[in-house]
Amino acid sequence: MENKKTELKVSALENGTVIDHIPAGHVLQVMRILNLENFEDQIYFGANLDSKKYGKKGIIKVTNRFFKDVEINKISLVAPTATLIEIRDFDVTKKSGVNIPDTVEGFAKCINPKCITNHQQITTKFYVTDKVDLKMKCHYCEKITKKDDVEFL
Amino acid sequence: MNNRSLISINDYSKEEILQVLKTAEEFEANPRQKILKNHVIASLFFEPSTRTRLSFESAINQLGGRIIGFTDASSSSVKKGESLRDTIETVSLYSDLIVMRHPLEGSARFASEINDTPVINAGDGANQHPTQCLLDLYSIKQTQNRLDNLDIALVGDLKYGRTVHSLVIAMSMFKNIRFHLVSPIELKLPRSIKDFIVANGHSYKQYTDISAVINNIDILYMTRIQQERFADQLEYERVKNSYVLENSMLDNSRDNLRILHPMPRVNEIDENVDSNKKAHYFQQAQNGVFVRQALLATILGLR
Repeated sequence: MENKKTELKVSALENGTVIDHIPAGHVLQVMRILNLENFEDQIYFGANLDSKKYGKKGIIKVTNRFFKDVEINKISLVAPTATLIEIRDFDVTKKSGVNIPDTVEGFAKCINPKCITNHQQITTKFYVTDKVDLKMKCHYCEKITKKDDVEFL
Repeated sequence: MNNRSLISINDYSKEEILQVLKTAEEFEANPRQKILKNHVIASLFFEPSTRTRLSFESAINQLGGRIIGFTDASSSSVKKGESLRDTIETVSLYSDLIVMRHPLEGSARFASEINDTPVINAGDGANQHPTQCLLDLYSIKQTQNRLDNLDIALVGDLKYGRTVHSLVIAMSMFKNIRFHLVSPIELKLPRSIKDFIVANGHSYKQYTDISAVINNIDILYMTRIQQERFADQLEYERVKNSYVLENSMLDNSRDNLRILHPMPRVNEIDENVDSNKKAHYFQQAQNGVFVRQALLATILGLR
């Protein structure tokens, strides 16, 4: 009986999305990318939780919020292992992983300070050259932006 | 290849490159054909350049074309804060093709996608300078009669040298190239490009002194070493003379050896080399005209 007290207790979602299996250390970044810092309904999040699959993980539960694929594409760059669970009326209505897209358009910043996209109003565009250890090649300046250097617009 | 911009050497296949070089031979034999007499070419140099701009303008003039443009951004509306998009949109209305040099990387790709007017990249910062690469290939083929099975030494700043990187990548399309990389330790060719050499079935060796390799090569491609690349100025003073070519060093070199340099040179090739028949860097600069004529003709659908 004592063991149960060590578990995180949060009330089940009636409607909303659970983002599970976020790599430890990236929860706040995922919050920021999805602009949840300014979200006004209830959000629960946890970091460094035990995970059978990954050792440590993060999780975010967002009430009354569902995400479009294009929004979720953004988090795939920092949380490729994330799982999305959509809940409606306390039932799981959809469960999906996230996919790193082949091209990343419009939301990431090029690492190269001399890239034209950092000086003029131009929609950024990258080709993902390595999905395992994320590397993206800028369509314009041809420089590589790596996972740890990704900044979001 | 009609109506297609040239932004990066990576945009062209081996066959397309060979076709441009073949067309350039035609212009070398006959550079004054008035095939551009009904064309207006825009030459937009957002930063200064001597050789590239003048050779483009000479190429256009010799073909009977008209040129509009500017030679540095301070004499254009860019200075008033106009966006590159607006500049290109406007200039497209006045011209059939845009030749452009710009200090920001990726600017030429961006310009080429604004509308249908073809763009030739004449250098976008440290990124690409494809016409230089093509004229280097042309000069190698002109002097060796082949682009396969060559010993090529690249000397100087191999770390930051844009022309070196493009040349290595382009030469790797051909067969059996042995790259001899001569540079100070701190200016070695980046790992990614060395991996590219090997992945394409070629080989490389690294040296810190020209004399170690000079008698065993077909092409000696010299580049400038810039003092500001060295964190330690004493180190620059120590190594700088190892990368200066003197005429006497060529005594036992192969007969077919030719010396290339993208220019400008400062002191890395002594002037006493200029009269040696193996010096080819001024012809190389002249080849820039023929290659650019071939590109203009090809892109405008005149060849």
